[in-house]
Amino acid sequence: MEAKIKIIIETYDNDKGFLVPILQDVQREFNYLPREALTLVSDFLEVPISRLFELATFYKAFSLEPRGKHEISLCLGTACHVRGAPLIQDNIERVLGIKAGQTTEDLEFTFETVNCLGACALGPILVVDGEYNGNMNINKSNKILKKLGKKVEIDEEN
Amino acid sequence: MAEMVTLTIDGREIIAPQGTTILEAAKDANIYIPNLCTNEELTPYGSCRLCMVEITQNGRTRIVASCIYEVAEGLEVKTNTERVLNVRKLVIELLLARNNEHPALRKIADELGVKDTRFPVEQKGCILCGQCVRTCREVVGVAAIGFSGRGINRKIAAPFMDFPPDCIACGSCAYVCPVGFIPMKEENGVRTIIRFDFPMQQCKTCGKYFAPKKQLEYFSKTTGLPLEHFEKCIDCR
Amino acid sequence: MKKIKSPGELEQFRNDIQAKRDPNQTCIAICAGTGCLALGSDKIIAAFKEEITKQGLDDNVTTIRETGCPGFCEQGPIVVIYPAEICYLRVTVKDVPEIVSKTVINKEVIERLVYKDPVTKEKITKDSDIPFYKKQKRYVIGNNINIDPRSIEDYIATGGYSALTKVLNGMSPKAVIEEVKVANLRGRGGGGFPVAWKWEATKEAEGEPKYLICNADEGDPGAFMDRALLEGTPHSVLEGMIIGAYAIGSHEGYIYVRNEYPLAVENATIAIETARSLGLLGDNILGSGFSFDIKINRGGGAFVCGESSALFASIEGRTGEPRAKYVHATDRGLYDKPTNLNNVETWANVPLIINKGAKWYQSIGTEKSKGTKIFALVGKINNTGLVEVPMGITLREIIYDIGGGIPNGRKFKAVQTGGPSGGCIPAEHLDMPVDFDELDRIGSMMGSGGMIVMDDQNCMVDVARYFLNFLEEESCGKCTPCREGIYQLRMILDRITEGRGTMEDLDTIEWMGQAITDGSLCALGATAPNPVLSTLKYFREEYEAHIKDKKCPAGVCKALITYSIDPQKCTGCDVCAHVCPTNAATGKKKEVYNIDQEKCIKCGACIQSCNFDAVIIS
Repeated sequence: MEAKIKIIIETYDNDKGFLVPILQDVQREFNYLPREALTLVSDFLEVPISRLFELATFYKAFSLEPRGKHEISLCLGTACHVRGAPLIQDNIERVLGIKAGQTTEDLEFTFETVNCLGACALGPILVVDGEYNGNMNINKSNKILKKLGKKVEIDEEN
Repeated sequence: MAEMVTLTIDGREIIAPQGTTILEAAKDANIYIPNLCTNEELTPYGSCRLCMVEITQNGRTRIVASCIYEVAEGLEVKTNTERVLNVRKLVIELLLARNNEHPALRKIADELGVKDTRFPVEQKGCILCGQCVRTCREVVGVAAIGFSGRGINRKIAAPFMDFPPDCIACGSCAYVCPVGFIPMKEENGVRTIIRFDFPMQQCKTCGKYFAPKKQLEYFSKTTGLPLEHFEKCIDCR
Repeated sequence: MKKIKSPGELEQFRNDIQAKRDPNQTCIAICAGTGCLALGSDKIIAAFKEEITKQGLDDNVTTIRETGCPGFCEQGPIVVIYPAEICYLRVTVKDVPEIVSKTVINKEVIERLVYKDPVTKEKITKDSDIPFYKKQKRYVIGNNINIDPRSIEDYIATGGYSALTKVLNGMSPKAVIEEVKVANLRGRGGGGFPVAWKWEATKEAEGEPKYLICNADEGDPGAFMDRALLEGTPHSVLEGMIIGAYAIGSHEGYIYVRNEYPLAVENATIAIETARSLGLLGDNILGSGFSFDIKINRGGGAFVCGESSALFASIEGRTGEPRAKYVHATDRGLYDKPTNLNNVETWANVPLIINKGAKWYQSIGTEKSKGTKIFALVGKINNTGLVEVPMGITLREIIYDIGGGIPNGRKFKAVQTGGPSGGCIPAEHLDMPVDFDELDRIGSMMGSGGMIVMDDQNCMVDVARYFLNFLEEESCGKCTPCREGIYQLRMILDRITEGRGTMEDLDTIEWMGQAITDGSLCALGATAPNPVLSTLKYFREEYEAHIKDKKCPAGVCKALITYSIDPQKCTGCDVCAHVCPTNAATGKKKEVYNIDQEKCIKCGACIQSCNFDAVIIS
């Protein structure tokens, strides 16, 4: 872990100003922000650990807990909201048994809401493992979850 | 010698050095403006918003935080207009919803004629003024604690909600807190801050427990003097 | 690529590129912006590449260009075939072989893929004839379909960096500022502040280094203009920044891009690297002696970082906590040094002003708002997408003439501008001219350009609650009025949407609104009451219906509506029962079904599945 973190920090010229991009790269590398990793960043950049913890809990992009195998993000931007995104949120939360921002206990799914992805013509949008799925509705969201292994009733025609 | 400027506060002419804040100038002139998030040792933060005042400068009137806004020549300050009082009343009601017991908050509420808060009370205790975090960072210099989360979920926290590795157990955070939120006690040679225990150093001469070991280690490190130097209490040194 | 050493050399380079390009050569332009990519345009691009090779047409005969977003997002994926400018909409991978055989080789138009006017049913082939584009003045975003954003040669071939040449060929920094001042360019990020004044203030400020920043944090939900510009024509933003840096004497620049725009980060990075390799960034730009370079810093998922002082904090590697702006950023901003911050669209307007002149720019727009503005027209609208229009155009023209009106025959109710800081504008103001001051006057604001259209099935109380909830999550938490005030306001709105509101709540909302605006430390808190106050002003009856009658007229607020099945329309097909998560919808096949109110959680699954419109909300 030490070597990987050193490389990441050096990519940004050891510049404390790039702490946020550095942490993003660390999270990409380890799937989340392990406490050990943050301690190493704190040591290498000579920044108090309290500041690292502040950053990790302030910015929505970061997670201090391991993320699920599948990352599902639902856009809750205004355009998607007026097109019915909240009902889709309720549905996914119900099917997965978790609230937005959480990961299922079996570490299969992480479900999050995002505030506008900038692809409003396709709203509502569900991003599944980086792939954008537009014109979402409850039935389509269930189809996706079923394909990923969840047991759920769907309407084949719609 | 700093240049002096003349301003008015509630119609009174005040002379103050350039670089001082309206709040400081008012204090020196015995004009009271309520405030909770600053003290003399700290850089003004402007988070509680109790100290708002109405200023008029170059024909423009606005509401500003007196703990941050610097005095200027010809500045007109009003500390009790309706707009200002409304902000203060809202702020105190919002703070009472977080802590409706502490005398410091009750006192300000009484001054403003606010009997109670209309908002549901969720007794959280901490009013998030930030004095503890800022003291630890600016005055003590170790930044052992910080904030966590954001918005309504903001909290004062030790990193990872666990034992803070940089803490020297000086107790400054507990000392500066305006609402006594940070508990600190000493028992049997151990100082406990929140729920973290710090063993105290016993004086090698008189046997009294006088300071946390971590604090003395810190002094040793920063002054370069050997640790043994700090193993006697001040009376015995 | 070899470094270009003078403005003259750049012009020569431009001529060389243009000479090598045959304007009559067939070019297939496919939109590769985030929107069309989400609809699968990457597979379409791959299909075209394969088909072109298969049919034996190589690079000298037909080029394929992956472009930025042209804005007509509702009809994506978009393919335009040049030189005839044949525009195909909603293209699928299956259409590709036919497009190549019929249109590319035989120059025939495929009728089913062209634009069809929903009213006149007229078929329109040419890109620029499509009504969506016709009323627009696409000076800033129009180039997106003509260039591959990753190609600096494309940008230069279409005239890019000619403004920079003009500036470095003999304009003094003062002259540049003067030109922007006469043009009266106002910030496009939301503040509408005169750009030249900011540049001047930074230029005169004491302290080195001076920083120049591009705010690409575009956090307003429903706004994606900056994304399209930074993804689609990043060089126009760079060119604007270099010119601005020259004008104010800055040598260090940053583009701060939000975390949620990976393609914009990628394309901007490529743009910076290629510009640097050509000598347009870095030391001694085009031999002028002026040096300037740009770094990209990314956000971490925080709307508040679009606020300038929070943005600076983020670039400094801190949490996005704003600070009081009694001292302007132009004096003490990033790292407490003089800093000039402008929005993406603002920077993209600069080369235009320099190239065409301030006088030309002044001829567009209203008296105090010059030039064009790009809006993201979204929500309940037929033609969702990006529209660039001259200031002064009316809301009606944007929503109906360009936007094509409200879908499914529903009625216009309101349009939200300015994002969470703005207000909702009702039908009575549809004929107002859109400009900075007019929008302020009626209780909203221009904001960054998000324009969200709502119809009679949107509840304005729910909309107000939505925005408060958004800001509650995005508040940094530093100051009491914002952190606690927005939370309490949201809880009051919760009660109203659940039928537990009182008329006294409306007075409390108004009192809190003014105090939060006056007491907040930054613009997030100060403008937070706007959505609820504007909806209260224009739609008070809707609030009163929720409170007095415990009804939601638009049929949105769950606690106040019931789902039931219309016996006239129900065919007993069983679909609703199939998808109902609580077994509330039951019945016998071929007979009218029934919804048990005790079990129904109003999740909406039945409404979305029913093919007969048999589920009614009351």
